[in-house]
Amino acid sequence: MSYVSIRDLKVSFDGVQVLHGINLDVAKGEALGLVGESGCGKSVTWLAALGLLPGKATVSGSVTVEGQQLIGTGRAAVEGVRGGKVAMIFQDPSSSLNPVRTVGHQIGESLRLHRGMDRRAGRIEAVRLLDMVGIPGASKRVDLYPHEFSGGQCQRVMIAMALAGAPDLLIADEPTTALDATIQAQILDLLATLRRETGMGMVFISHDLGAVGAICDRVHVMYAGRIVESGAIGPMFDAPRHPYTRGLFDAIPRLDGTRDRLIPIHGTVPDPRHMPQGCAFAPRCAKAQAFCNSDVPALKPQQDGRQLACFYPVTAPATGTAATDERLPA
Amino acid sequence: MLNYFVTRLFRAVLTILLVMTFAFVVLRLSGDPASILLGPDAPTDSIAAFRARWGLDDPLWKQYLAYLKSIAQLDFGVSMRDRSPAIDLVLERVPATLALTVPTLLIQLGVGIPAGVYAALHRESVADRGVIMLSIFGFTIPSFVMGLVLVLVFAVTLGWLPSGGQDSWQHAILPIATMSVGGIGILARFSRSAMIEVMGQPYIRTAMAKGLSWRDVVWKHALPNASVPIVTIVGFMVGSLIAGAVVVESIFSWPGIGRLLIVSVSNRDLAVVQCLLLVIASAMVIANLCVDFAYGLLDPRLRAKAAAH
Repeated sequence: MSYVSIRDLKVSFDGVQVLHGINLDVAKGEALGLVGESGCGKSVTWLAALGLLPGKATVSGSVTVEGQQLIGTGRAAVEGVRGGKVAMIFQDPSSSLNPVRTVGHQIGESLRLHRGMDRRAGRIEAVRLLDMVGIPGASKRVDLYPHEFSGGQCQRVMIAMALAGAPDLLIADEPTTALDATIQAQILDLLATLRRETGMGMVFISHDLGAVGAICDRVHVMYAGRIVESGAIGPMFDAPRHPYTRGLFDAIPRLDGTRDRLIPIHGTVPDPRHMPQGCAFAPRCAKAQAFCNSDVPALKPQQDGRQLACFYPVTAPATGTAATDERLPA
Repeated sequence: MLNYFVTRLFRAVLTILLVMTFAFVVLRLSGDPASILLGPDAPTDSIAAFRARWGLDDPLWKQYLAYLKSIAQLDFGVSMRDRSPAIDLVLERVPATLALTVPTLLIQLGVGIPAGVYAALHRESVADRGVIMLSIFGFTIPSFVMGLVLVLVFAVTLGWLPSGGQDSWQHAILPIATMSVGGIGILARFSRSAMIEVMGQPYIRTAMAKGLSWRDVVWKHALPNASVPIVTIVGFMVGSLIAGAVVVESIFSWPGIGRLLIVSVSNRDLAVVQCLLLVIASAMVIANLCVDFAYGLLDPRLRAKAAAH
């Protein structure tokens, strides 16, 4: 049985629907990737699941954590899950920490709340956690304020704070987007290590396919508020079948092999207020037929175990360039 | 840190000095105390004697230096009207003014901030709209209109409260109510927007994601951050409180420093006016120093900036 189960999750802001029925499951200890362009709803999915969207958002559907329903069951249910069962870290670590409280205080708050520690024990544990996430001189820096830490260190503090609640699942919402490339690698490495050591599950929200590939077991690709393809990392990365997933891979510069032209995905993400009638990706899709413009493809299980929402999927395994897939018949 | 406070203190003294100088020059340029105090029909020789007695014939700079010198010796001059020391006249009126301004400030804080915070947390509810409407109403009505309407309703028509004087605590109700209204409106409006701004910050989402109860999110994470802009506006309000006292004390015949100021200015009682302005300026400067100090306590980033000075 899955640890978190999301069924037909729909979100709209001021009557504009941005999430069109998301279904996904996360097993205990599993690392799941959620990939897609900005605005595709990957963050909104989890903010909605944990009730963290602003009041003007309308959320429907079902989200259960260990069988407990979180949608429409009141504040207490979701507060009981946040932090202790499912923790979340965010894209912008520097502004995600309260500027007027010391980091030790902010970590200690979670320790008191979820592990029943008193102030003194909390402080000692906070130092240990800061040390664990790689903050040098943790015993002194525990009393400093967030503005006295760099962006990468703030993200480490956020991770320490998330760990403080000893959660079963960590939602990492683009944890490295706002950081320098070298720091990104360090944070990814830290997350991977922590997962190995604690056995904690992880949902890794990112538009960085490389990072997702390094950390996750399975991946969901989202486009315009829907999951369009999902499956285990290996097959998905070897042979993306949705034209959009394929496009994501083709748009990544390669360091090895020949220097081919990148193949960008043309056009932009559709405006949620003016969604195409059929498949949302059809206007940008090279393989789209007339049918794609009138009907929305459902996410269906495929023979190889993945799920796919496309009428005319890419049939050949990708080898990096567009030219090769024409030679290989299905 | 020490450096920061020395700079602030120096600036405070400079502000007071500027106020004193301005008052000194303007008062002497705006009319002859001798003709006002002695009346238009006074004989020329008594006017001359009066001018000589108070040193009004000396050049302005000489009068100014003499004034500064006496201030430095904590001599604030004597009233031209009844020859008693100006500082005594002023200090004897201070308690009456405090009896109005302190409760007013407390009511403004106690009503304005909770109303604004409540409105922010229940955005676009009926309560929120009500708070916005009442606060606009509060700070757009001038205090002299408010005072007169209250007198008309509660003193004249209903006869529940006295319309003026200082004989009992009931006499303070209408003046305090009049003075409170504007500040409540401003504070409610300001607290509301400060709180809305803070509630939209990512660290509030973090606090919620941690599993804290809504109450703790508001009390421990939102309010401490919203208090910085609120403290700023409270600092300004102390100034407007004194200005408000001048009007309200006149309407309600309340014998505070506001009324003393009006009487002394119209009499050109120079020493008393100067002494009053010195006390008022000092009060405002101290209020601002308190605000600066509160900033440091509330926001570690400002504390760090202060330390860097």
